[in-house]
Amino acid sequence: MNIDQIKKEFPIFDNKVQNNDLVYLDSANSSQKPRIVIDRIYDFYSKEFSNVGRSVHYLAVAATNLYEQTRNSVQKYINASDKNEIVFTKGATEAINLVANTFGQKYLDEGDEVLITELEHHSNYVPWHFLRKSKKINIEFAEVNEQGEVTLEEIKKKITDRTKIICVTHLSNVTGAILPIKEIVSFAHSKGIPVLVDGCQGAPHLKLDMQDLDCDFYAISGHKMYGPTGIGVLYAKKKWLEDLPPYQGGGGMIREVKKKGISYGELPNKYEAGTMATAQVIAFNESIKFLEKIGIENIEKHEKELLDYAVDLLGKNNSVNIIGNPKNKGGVISFTIEGIHPHDIATILDEDGVAIRAGHHCCQILHEKLGLPATARASFGVYNTKDDIDQLNKSINNCKKIFNLK
Amino acid sequence: MNLKELYQEIILEHGKNPRNLRKTDNFTRDAKGNNPLCGDNVHIYLKLNDNNKVEDISFEGNGCAISMASASIMTDLVRGKEEKEVKEIVTDFLDMIKEKDELSTELLNEDEKTKLMCLSGVKQYPMRVKCATLSWHTLTSAMNNSQEITSTED
Repeated sequence: MNIDQIKKEFPIFDNKVQNNDLVYLDSANSSQKPRIVIDRIYDFYSKEFSNVGRSVHYLAVAATNLYEQTRNSVQKYINASDKNEIVFTKGATEAINLVANTFGQKYLDEGDEVLITELEHHSNYVPWHFLRKSKKINIEFAEVNEQGEVTLEEIKKKITDRTKIICVTHLSNVTGAILPIKEIVSFAHSKGIPVLVDGCQGAPHLKLDMQDLDCDFYAISGHKMYGPTGIGVLYAKKKWLEDLPPYQGGGGMIREVKKKGISYGELPNKYEAGTMATAQVIAFNESIKFLEKIGIENIEKHEKELLDYAVDLLGKNNSVNIIGNPKNKGGVISFTIEGIHPHDIATILDEDGVAIRAGHHCCQILHEKLGLPATARASFGVYNTKDDIDQLNKSINNCKKIFNLK
Repeated sequence: MNLKELYQEIILEHGKNPRNLRKTDNFTRDAKGNNPLCGDNVHIYLKLNDNNKVEDISFEGNGCAISMASASIMTDLVRGKEEKEVKEIVTDFLDMIKEKDELSTELLNEDEKTKLMCLSGVKQYPMRVKCATLSWHTLTSAMNNSQEITSTED
């Protein structure tokens, strides 16, 4: 795996950012895009554009085929057993809202419990929070331990006979903890409880096999997988998609519409109302091809090397405090520097072209638990190198100098 | 952009050792403010005397060097001013941070203006402007005795 070669496939690195080479360490937020993805959007709009699934003219048929090819690619990539288990959404947020809304409507009643974890991104908490008001449900939180992980034992402890669904992140976007999803699912199923996995950080960095994980729902964000914005995937077992009510109403999702009644379309159309993000879905196929070409195992290995290198280097940098120390950790490092607020760190690093994120990373519950209003976060992608980590460390030292720290 | 302009010595010093970081006894007005995207928060306590003069002003909260320094300098400058004067200073400061090159109020002396102008470096960092303005917007809420939490995202 030749990182220099891979990096060349990303046009963003061709240009200087404020006269610096870009050191992009914000991939957990959103990844950069390879040229093939960018070009695909341009080509589709220039030469092939039509709406999908409606008209019968040549362009419409060709566009529909391209759109469905992405569904096939995603199915294969995540090893789902049926292509109709792949529903396109505008993002992982919409995928989770879809489940919260439809599952909540059908299966949640007053006093029922939804079990989530303290690691969850707001997008895997707020959609369930809506049901506190509308259905008077309760939300329980599996707690994070000192290493910044949530264990199977902790999940087991929080399950009650009112638990109706368990919703957990695959990979924490703050501590990097990789949760034991397969074990959680297996235990939950033994109690008859379905599991939703927020796969925003899992999908771009880990090998996915839906049949092996056996989860009921898996939410994916396209723009974190080197794909376009505006596209996400909800994987759901077919039995759920057949069983749950539709989410949004509109064109494309119906079979027959009469004044006295409406019947809904077959899968996957049932959940894809209105004109979808057609160009983005089609370009997302190129992201999958890009990942397949490199090989997710190679990406995992590369990012693990970067992580180990960074943990070692930053660990030696006194006054840098790394948040969490999970046994199984993905390419995310959140940190604080005693005496410098994370926003000041981010602004000063930016001056050197080092792009990180500062704040609560949409995880206020976790930050409250940690007793920190904000942290700084460096997260890795396939294009990062050890040089990037060295520059990060160098820029952190510059921060310390500006703030007169040793 | 110039980091030295943003992180001037006086900002770093106020950020590290903020003045009036406490809670005023028997405050007459107060307001909370937060910056939802970054998690910064501030609580301003104000004590006006019978002549509507600021007898004491203090704040609690946490945030970056810019927001702490801004609250620190602000609380120092408005003590002893009348309510009307405070409002004029707040407006003048916010105008300067948004668009004007200079402060125009005659209620502050040159030294005080120089101190405040140290915060003008944020103009080059649009994402950081709200760090500098949070405590000022919150002071306005406190003056108006508003019970709503001031947010920089509205």
